[in-house]
Amino acid sequence: MTFLLRRGLFYLITLWAAITANFLLPRLLPGDPVQAMITKLGGRLNSDAMASLYILFGLDEKKSLWEQYVDYWGTLLRGDLGLSFTFFPTPVADVLSQSLPWTLGLVGVTTVIAFLLGTLLGVYAGWKRGSWLDTLIPVTTFLSSIPYFWLGLIAISVFSVTFPLLPASGGYAAGLVPEFSWEFISSVLEHAVLPGITIVVSSVASWILGMRNMMVTVTAEDYVLVARAKGLSQKRIMFAYAARNAVLPSISGFALSLGFIVGGALLVEMVFSYPGLGYVLFQGIGAKDYPLMQGVFLVITLAVLVANLLADVGYLLLDPRTRREG
Amino acid sequence: MNFKTRLGLGILGFFTLIAVVGEWIAPYDPSAMGDDLLSPPSGAHWFGTTMTGQDIFSQVLVGTRGVMVVGLVCGVLATFLSILVGVTAGFLGGAADEALSMLSNVFLVIPALPLIIIVASMLPSADTVLIAAVISLTAWAWGARVLRAQTMSLRRRDFVEAARASGERTWRIIVFEVLPNLTAVIASGFVGTVIFAVMLQITLSFVGVVSLSTWNWGTILFWAQSNQALGQGAWWWFVPAGLCIALLGTALALINFGIDEYANPRLRKVRA
Repeated sequence: MTFLLRRGLFYLITLWAAITANFLLPRLLPGDPVQAMITKLGGRLNSDAMASLYILFGLDEKKSLWEQYVDYWGTLLRGDLGLSFTFFPTPVADVLSQSLPWTLGLVGVTTVIAFLLGTLLGVYAGWKRGSWLDTLIPVTTFLSSIPYFWLGLIAISVFSVTFPLLPASGGYAAGLVPEFSWEFISSVLEHAVLPGITIVVSSVASWILGMRNMMVTVTAEDYVLVARAKGLSQKRIMFAYAARNAVLPSISGFALSLGFIVGGALLVEMVFSYPGLGYVLFQGIGAKDYPLMQGVFLVITLAVLVANLLADVGYLLLDPRTRREG
Repeated sequence: MNFKTRLGLGILGFFTLIAVVGEWIAPYDPSAMGDDLLSPPSGAHWFGTTMTGQDIFSQVLVGTRGVMVVGLVCGVLATFLSILVGVTAGFLGGAADEALSMLSNVFLVIPALPLIIIVASMLPSADTVLIAAVISLTAWAWGARVLRAQTMSLRRRDFVEAARASGERTWRIIVFEVLPNLTAVIASGFVGTVIFAVMLQITLSFVGVVSLSTWNWGTILFWAQSNQALGQGAWWWFVPAGLCIALLGTALALINFGIDEYANPRLRKVRA
């Protein structure tokens, strides 16, 4: 249990660091873009909304930094992230809660697929070193060197423009209302195919490579030799002896590479105008909508931390050494 | 050195050359508008032209420098930071190690892209060098983590103990006894950072938070996307820049494989 407690504590500290960075950035960097925006919107802001924007972006200069910090936490804990300028007058929290499920669905499913697929291919490539599977390595290296968003552009130009097989943008067909019906769900799935494949193709390579290299290292260990000497079946040695040990760095690496993968997935959403957080962020950039951008950053950080905690639980189940006290 | 590594170095050398001479050998001014609007690749325009008749081949050539400069600056800055944090943490151990490891893990876990987008869009002038500095601040953590692990395995070795016993000062032990043994790890961290920085810079240009006044491969893609090059079937507008990014990324990855195989002999090809 100490393992999970330690990790949990670390994630709390990370969350605190992210929130504090969010608090400090608009105060440290020169210029007052939010003030300019408030002036522009003028009388259309009601006094409550105005007050929370003042607190979030440190426009109230009469207060000390510490008082501002306390107010900031108070505002956040009430779930108030300010008003979005892009989707005026919708609060940022509402915009985020509408787009979060899309991102969680798309990124969650594709990350799990990429991890399982990449690990499995890596197990085979490392076990049967020198076979045709080794040719997979340069190909996937090339694919992983392609930025996510560019692969998305190519996917659109081939599968939506040249051969109009799949939709190029959006989360579901225009004219449908989100509801629990086959028509809506099939439209959602159809729209998720291209962005999903783009994310899987660009992220699978690093799992293959990491797993292959660990398999190569593990295969030379004595316990694998003993398992062979005992005459166990190849399959059993490969999965129960070699792969089970080789997968540990991949899982602990999962936590650390997740932030990177999520960044790439946000870009894919931008390219495909997928109604998730990435597309919201993209619209926020154009309008210099700081409340929205900061809100997206906080929600993504929170999601990444929760996913990390889940990966830790998985690690705990696979590696008995972490369960031992001390 | 095997074929893969040499291929990687060759491609990298080629792009470095272009970064230096690109501005002089570009056939047109990359921003100058011409009469051939949105024309496919031809003898006059090898990579075709944009909506306003700009020559894409010239844009790619001139844009190489921005990409390489950011990669190099970030590589140097972030590698320096990672050595500073990672080696110190690994060598000192104890509370200093706990604090520094925590710092680098926090930087690793926080999603870098949205954070950098916020910082870059708040900066009043986001020029190339400033962006490189911001990217470096988020790019050092991975290298620091790897270096810390390696340093910990070195610090109780006999030659380090001998240096300690003969009364060497700590900084001298670190610089002259420990660092030379970390060369391969540092080199591979450097290359990895360059890949990360180049990708991030191109991404930032593509989403439009970086100043569009200087050319790089990301700005080309930004204009292609904002002018709906895809819908008009103008594949030549976004294919060359993307291929250059992928080629450069692959070259750096190949170099890194070479370094990995040098440092970890188990990964080398089995000779029959």
